[in-house]
Amino acid sequence: MIELGESASFETVALLHLDAAYNLARWLMRDSSAAEDVVQEAMLRALKYFSTFKGTNARAWILQIVRNVAYKNLRSTQEIKTVSIDSEPDENAESIPPEALIDPSDDPIATLIKQRERGYLTALLNRLPTDLRECLVLRELEDLSYNEIAEIANIPLGTVMSRLWRARRLLIEAVQQEAR
Amino acid sequence: MNATNQCAEMELLIQADIDGELRAAEAVSITAHRATCAHCEQTYRQLMDLKQSLRNELERHTASADFRALLQRKIAAETKAATPVKSNPVIKLPNKANTWYKRSISTFGAGAALAAGLAFFIVSPAQEPLLDAVVAEHIRSLQPGHLLDVESNDQHNVKPWFDGRLDFAPPVRNFSAQGFPLAGGRLDYLNGREVAALVYLRGKHSINLFVWPEAAEKSTLSASEFQVRNGYNSYRWHQSGMAMWIVSDLNQSELSDFVKLWDSTKL
Repeated sequence: MIELGESASFETVALLHLDAAYNLARWLMRDSSAAEDVVQEAMLRALKYFSTFKGTNARAWILQIVRNVAYKNLRSTQEIKTVSIDSEPDENAESIPPEALIDPSDDPIATLIKQRERGYLTALLNRLPTDLRECLVLRELEDLSYNEIAEIANIPLGTVMSRLWRARRLLIEAVQQEAR
Repeated sequence: MNATNQCAEMELLIQADIDGELRAAEAVSITAHRATCAHCEQTYRQLMDLKQSLRNELERHTASADFRALLQRKIAAETKAATPVKSNPVIKLPNKANTWYKRSISTFGAGAALAAGLAFFIVSPAQEPLLDAVVAEHIRSLQPGHLLDVESNDQHNVKPWFDGRLDFAPPVRNFSAQGFPLAGGRLDYLNGREVAALVYLRGKHSINLFVWPEAAEKSTLSASEFQVRNGYNSYRWHQSGMAMWIVSDLNQSELSDFVKLWDSTKL
């Protein structure tokens, strides 16, 4: 693997992945100054352990630290909406009526979204539970693979897939319902 | 009402397909199922629609220049504070001179590190954000499991794979005979749009070729030239209405050969 030579300084690595780190923190915290606090703490923490970092994927490693700091800060301000990590999805809260799934709506989701005001999709995403939002942001904005997301969020691959699925179903549901 | 248990099992596979997590053969079987199942076809459409909308409309937040500079100062300060003196070459000198000598060396070391960091900071962002993005995508593609969405040295497998995933048909050629075998392809996201990334091999080096439709006269890119960023060579050109951009750690001379191959190919 070529990624970054052994001689790459922490500063180089940190600056290379700063936007990714900030983007994740910003979406988790939903606030720019809280996100900057998270990134700064995470980067200084990463610096401390950089000499022991042996992996090849520095980006995933940094995002993992960002994520941990973000969750710690969210927890301390009681802002986190917990969805139990291990348990099955709460069927009552999140179940989708079967008819919605087969609803042969002629309007494509993209069209329904376009009809709404700017920022509509952002607002919907911000309403999702943190751990679902996290997976979707890592997938769609950071373009990370399932494996990398599993590593960053410290969850099994299957959980990555089910969280992405739930996140997407909830968004599609919301778009369809609000269009009615 | 034709949803079946089989469809429920298909859901995560369909999702994996739109996320580019399936091998070509699996993706083909999903496509075949969708052709016979309205329910799964609809699921696929909805997920694709949502993906496109998310990618078009959500903001990828970037760190402000002020914050970037602040963080850089903090890292430099921490690095300086943490640099152990013993990492510097220590020459045995008598008593007093010893401490003076060590201090001056460690100060010099920190200064040099700071200067190197600043040089990186000044050269890299802003001027050429797209070049940064292209190089960053190339570096990312080198990470395990990230190089290829579709793995094939056969252009007739790679080209159809892009159908339905992109709104244009990227030119796919295999230059095995000329020493640049095609390794496969991948979807990537650059410059606010989905692009095709074709991966070629040259010995132990890989070459990422990013392709997207763009008329030469409408291009905001400067004329073709080799550019070096973070040790990677990049070169871009226009051909038959496509913007073509290669990035690799391969040397410029062999990359030029690769470009010439394309240049002499009718698309």
